Amino acid sequence: MKEELETANRPDNTAFTQQRLPAWQPMLSAGIVIPGFVLIGLAFIGIGVALFIASQNITVLEKDYTGVEITSDCYKCSNPSDKNCTCKLDFSLSNLFEGPVFFYYGLSNYFQSQRSYGVSKDDYQLSGDLDYFKTPISACSPYQYDANQNPIVPCGSLANSMFNDTFKLYQIVNGTKKLVPFDGKGIAWWTDYNIKYRNPSVTPLKNAFNGTVKPPFWSKPAYELDTSDPSNNGFVNQDFLVWMRRAALPDFRKLYRRITEGDYASGLPAGNYSLEIGYNYPVLSFGGRKKVVFSNVSWMGGKNQFLGIAYLVVGSLCVVMSTVMLIVYAKFKFPEDD
Amino acid sequence: MGSLLSQLGLECGGKDVREKERHLRANDRELNLSYKYADNAIKTSKYNIFTFLPLNLFEQFQRLANAYFLFLLCLQSIPEVSSLPWYTTVVPLVLVLSMTMAKDSSDDMNRHRCDKQVNNRKVEILIGGELQSEKWMDVQVGDIIKLENNQFVTADLLLLSSSEPLNLVYIETAELDGETNLKVKQALTVTGKLEDSIEKLANFNGEVRCEPPNNRLDKFTGTLTLNGETYSLDNERILLRGCTLRNTQWCFGLVVFGGPDTKLMQNCGRTTFKRTSIDRLMNVLVLNIFGFLMIMCLILAIGNGIWEYQEGSKFAAFLPKGVNAPFSAFLTFWSYVIILNTVVPISLYISVEIIRLGNSFYINWDRKMYYPKSDTPAEARTTTLNEELGQIKYIFSDKTGTLTQNIMTFNKCSINGKSYGELLDFSGQRVEINEKTEKVDFSWNNLADPKFCFHDNSLVEEVREGNPEVQAFFRLLALCHTVMPEEKKEGELYYQAQSPDEGALVTAARNFGFVFRSRTPERITVVEMGELVTYELLAVLDFNNVRKRMSVIVRSPEGKLTLYCKGADTIIFERLNPSCSNLTEVTTEHLNEFAGEGLRTLALAYKDIDPEYMEDWKLRHHEANTAMDEREEKLDALYEEIEKGLQLLGSTAVEDKLQDGVPQTIEQLSKADIKIWVLTGDKQETAENIGYSCNMLRDEMNEVFIVSANTAEEVRKELQTARRKMTPDGTEEPTVKKSRSGLFCLLKTETVADEPVNGEYAMVINGHSLAFALEKDMEMELLRTACMCQTVICCRVTPLQKAQVVELVKKYKQAVTLAVGDGANDVSMIKAAHIGVGISGQEGMQAVLSSDYSFAQFRYLQRLLLVHGRWSYLRMCKFLRYFFYKNFTFTFVHFWYGFFCGFSAQTVYDEWFITLYNLVYTALPVLSLSLLDQDVNDWWSFQYPQLYTPGQLNQYFSKRAFVYTVLHSGYSSLVLFFIPWAAMYDTVRDDGKEIVDYQSFALLAQTCLLIAVSIQLGLDTHYWTAVNQFFLWGSLSVYFAVIFTMYSNGMFLTLISSFPFIGTARNSLNQPNVWLTMLLTSILCVLPVVAYRFLRILLWPTINDKVRYKVRQDKVLPPAPRRVQARRTSTRRSGYAFSHAQGYGDLVTSGKFLRRTPKSRPALFSQTDSPLAQTQPQSYRTISEWEEPPLSP
Repeated sequence: MKEELETANRPDNTAFTQQRLPAWQPMLSAGIVIPGFVLIGLAFIGIGVALFIASQNITVLEKDYTGVEITSDCYKCSNPSDKNCTCKLDFSLSNLFEGPVFFYYGLSNYFQSQRSYGVSKDDYQLSGDLDYFKTPISACSPYQYDANQNPIVPCGSLANSMFNDTFKLYQIVNGTKKLVPFDGKGIAWWTDYNIKYRNPSVTPLKNAFNGTVKPPFWSKPAYELDTSDPSNNGFVNQDFLVWMRRAALPDFRKLYRRITEGDYASGLPAGNYSLEIGYNYPVLSFGGRKKVVFSNVSWMGGKNQFLGIAYLVVGSLCVVMSTVMLIVYAKFKFPEDD
Repeated sequence: MGSLLSQLGLECGGKDVREKERHLRANDRELNLSYKYADNAIKTSKYNIFTFLPLNLFEQFQRLANAYFLFLLCLQSIPEVSSLPWYTTVVPLVLVLSMTMAKDSSDDMNRHRCDKQVNNRKVEILIGGELQSEKWMDVQVGDIIKLENNQFVTADLLLLSSSEPLNLVYIETAELDGETNLKVKQALTVTGKLEDSIEKLANFNGEVRCEPPNNRLDKFTGTLTLNGETYSLDNERILLRGCTLRNTQWCFGLVVFGGPDTKLMQNCGRTTFKRTSIDRLMNVLVLNIFGFLMIMCLILAIGNGIWEYQEGSKFAAFLPKGVNAPFSAFLTFWSYVIILNTVVPISLYISVEIIRLGNSFYINWDRKMYYPKSDTPAEARTTTLNEELGQIKYIFSDKTGTLTQNIMTFNKCSINGKSYGELLDFSGQRVEINEKTEKVDFSWNNLADPKFCFHDNSLVEEVREGNPEVQAFFRLLALCHTVMPEEKKEGELYYQAQSPDEGALVTAARNFGFVFRSRTPERITVVEMGELVTYELLAVLDFNNVRKRMSVIVRSPEGKLTLYCKGADTIIFERLNPSCSNLTEVTTEHLNEFAGEGLRTLALAYKDIDPEYMEDWKLRHHEANTAMDEREEKLDALYEEIEKGLQLLGSTAVEDKLQDGVPQTIEQLSKADIKIWVLTGDKQETAENIGYSCNMLRDEMNEVFIVSANTAEEVRKELQTARRKMTPDGTEEPTVKKSRSGLFCLLKTETVADEPVNGEYAMVINGHSLAFALEKDMEMELLRTACMCQTVICCRVTPLQKAQVVELVKKYKQAVTLAVGDGANDVSMIKAAHIGVGISGQEGMQAVLSSDYSFAQFRYLQRLLLVHGRWSYLRMCKFLRYFFYKNFTFTFVHFWYGFFCGFSAQTVYDEWFITLYNLVYTALPVLSLSLLDQDVNDWWSFQYPQLYTPGQLNQYFSKRAFVYTVLHSGYSSLVLFFIPWAAMYDTVRDDGKEIVDYQSFALLAQTCLLIAVSIQLGLDTHYWTAVNQFFLWGSLSVYFAVIFTMYSNGMFLTLISSFPFIGTARNSLNQPNVWLTMLLTSILCVLPVVAYRFLRILLWPTINDKVRYKVRQDKVLPPAPRRVQARRTSTRRSGYAFSHAQGYGDLVTSGKFLRRTPKSRPALFSQTDSPLAQTQPQSYRTISEWEEPPLSP
């Protein structure tokens, strides 16, 4: 007992308090670093080759239709005052464009990434909360209320500026135009379509929008976006969803349709095509560009040469570096007995 | 409210009316209360329940960092500017504030508890004619209180009367000044007459007028008016709070100053807040970072202005603008201030505090710094200085009680040419003496001191056999001294020795059968081998530092007159009878041997005196003693005359016991390139001796310079000579590097460069010379010379000089200093140094109380510095480098993204990620790194003390290292932004859907970042414990768990606006190209670092790399380091040292008590050669038995 008292203040003898926790103490030794670099280098070269080949196998067809050049058919539509202008874009394919083919529209110098643009929407409204139909949040300003203090639904700059060019693709077969069927279903994220955006549970949908006005740039109200498919209206309209997923970079492309049906399920056969464009969306005012993109995909997504090349370069650098290190090591390694 | 105001008033430290003079009347509470003097309650706490919150918050927001975050919070509440939701700042800020608050409140609670304990001590007060036991805090100025033996003095008292003759009291002032020897105070005779008569005391109505409260411990002026007569009062009459009453049954005192007015409390003052150099560097860096932040924000704001002008205005169709371009730029500036503030997040300050706290706990927990004998663990009393422990360049050490135990042991002796005390085995080899060595049995002597140890049996045999020389030797030791015996019970002897040396010698004589039993002014009674013998003491030829010897002349019962003399060998040998020359030679050899072992030696000699001569001498002695002029000289001449023709008896060797492991510790520390200066109030010889015994001074040193001149010019000359000897071709002018440092470069600093020296030198300088050398015009000379020496010993220095020396080095060396001491006289230096270490377990607690770290043994210092300090520094630097890396990288990505979002202050990452990045995702891994990392373990740290040097050179974290870190972050952020940018550019998912949307990109960028910084953390970790692994992998898993949770349907449906990232994780993390991008960014961030480090280790290995390599080579630890053999060299220098003061001779022949002390020699104990005399005159007193003449009223 006495002994215990005398050592009452003795600190505990645990590995932690005595800083003796068992530990692994690795060192950057030549035996690990040099082979490590070689292995990483080889692996990267391998991945790089695979990525590069995958990317090479992807076919991409990009056509600008902004109508800046006078030669372009869309030049006539580039005047913003011209409403309901249609122009067409002809192109020909010499080989089969392997399917499934995805059809994108692309915008350049378009700042969806602007902060004030990005926040200009009302998530509550878009999830179908009717309270926010009447009083949208102030972030939507100046597209919160119209001049008559009617709430705008969907509110905000993001929704208001929804892309509204329309496209129809025809294959010219023996001089006749054959419509290439577009598939617009499921082009948005599943979560956006099913969870994030919801229409108010009011039937018909139109009633929910009573007392609200459509965004000023829209030609049709939200509940009439797709007249052909009643379930593709309101906030769960696929095009709307695609637009609302704002791009991170000022140059972006967004999925418009897929070509998966009929004769075109295996791709676009070689031949002449004509794209009919309902030219509505003005971009020239801010120096923007519009384009359409036909592309197929691989396991690594869309065409992107960079990743493959980067892997190849980094892999080769690793191998080179390992040789350099090997030479240095051979010359300067620690003397075995110090 | 009133209390609040007074509280605030007290806090502000302003007293409106300064007291000019204190006036009080004994036993008249009414009058005394009318002056509103402070009562005896003390208050060291800062807050009470009501003032805590406002005061504490006020204090906290005075810290620049907290105020800055408050400002950020305000910014965030402006909707036009707010680029991040408010919770990103509030959560961490509240966390910091509440943590600090909790710590402050617990500290203050402790102070409250201490105050309460002290205030509630009991003391007897004379109230209404009787003694009542009251609490300390109820004592009022003007009360008369009674103190008993061993009680603490309650307040500053005017001593009225005491139980001892001549109204003396003995007090111990250890708490005040660290001196453990007793001091004497004496009451005025007129008050002494009150004795312990309650009635008289109750009627005592003396009035005191005195100086207002001040902090001078050595001075008191005032008057006592009693019955119309005025008596002057000085420090001799005053008992100060904090002292302890000793050897005095009781005494009465009149309270003059109470509580906060007492000199003790006036002296403690506010402890200066110490900051580490890392702290200061961090402040500078943070300021620079703010500047940098502003530049980044400015660039981005200008970019925004241009963008708005060129693009935004045209983009207005889709994004209408309310403001013009310049105003938008202005708003953007502030928005970016909010976003980019993560370069200095609040968590930096929390983490730094946590790391320091953790490393302090390690010190408290360390069993290898725990001293079982006194049950004292080491204690980190300040938790904010740890990393500074790894950067110490200079150690200033006290000697007594710090290096030594202040225990003298009689170790060896040489008697009549024969040396005793050595143990030899059969083969004649020396046996090392340790605790297990068999001790000599002294049971035959029932008066022996059981604590006395001796190992050489032959000496006992000799003395018991009756060897006359041996007996004479011990007889001398029993007679020639000034020790006072105390025999409380029959046979239980206690010696009160003025110096521990003497105590040791007399105790040795006691154990060897020559027991000094009692003394009167005329007689000394000794029990010689069991036989009571009384000697008549005829004269004491007192010791002083010039004479270096003391003698007594005694008459034995047989009537033989003998002079016994002990003193410095050099002095004694000069005075020997020529017949002893053979013996002298042998003894000298022994003395050299003793000195070589660092023992303190004294030579002993005797002489028989002719009675007639003695008569004559005594007459002349008396004449000289009463002479009015040149008395000292006359006495000296007389002493000189009689101390001649002595017969050598032998010599004693007393060990000034070093604390365990002191020489090894000093050797280790000097291997770590730490310079150790010993600053001691002790004498030069004693200090030198210790220097030798703990290996700081070595015989093989080229030269030991001794600076002990008496004028400024001589001191300068000695210093210069020494310097020129060390560097014959050195420059005359010191190389001073002038620079500016600190916040806004307001501090001008001058750094004196180290100068190279060939060979090893040491310097011993005494306080007198030091006083000159510390003058403005000479301090540079002192510093240069001293810094060239391996060892510097300053002896006879005052506490103030100790602090001055520390300040000098601090000022011109810009090096981190540590002061270690145990007594109150070390307090000033402990407070002055960057780090103060108190040795606890000794008597005074003052040093420990003002120290930053305390432990029981000096040897723990090496563990504190070489292990804890080094690790703390390493960890803190690693932490800072890594922390700045991870936050700069984090922030720079925002900068790059600015170019792709129209400079709109759009964050790259999810807001939740921004909030949680520092608090959750990277908090624990970096903490585990900075709490657990070790480059090599403690064993190897001791093995290679050189590992300590990078800390002294600030190598691990400096402005340079910081710039590298920033560049590294710049590179990483480029990789982390542009690789995902390029890899995702115009690409899509494998099902053709979108992947370059903002949310997916944010997820990709933040995941890349987190993985890259986690791998970087892994690279920085040298010591992978399970905890590190757990936290690192745990944090990464938590990250993925959190994103899947936060981006889940459920979370979105609960709080729609807070979790807009729904589905992002599911949709992008199943894409191979996303993972391939992450892999690429991680590899690109990490591999260059790996390659660089690998090559650097090969090409320019640091000491750390080498040792770590060596550790790898010998996985099995080599056997424990061999014990350093005690040195057995013989030396030519004298080992004389005797920490004795002059004056005690007079005390023991206290016939002087009864005789009127001549005016010209008033102070019995005055030591004119001690600088201590100027600061602590209260230790010396005049004992006078005549009544003080009343001053004319």
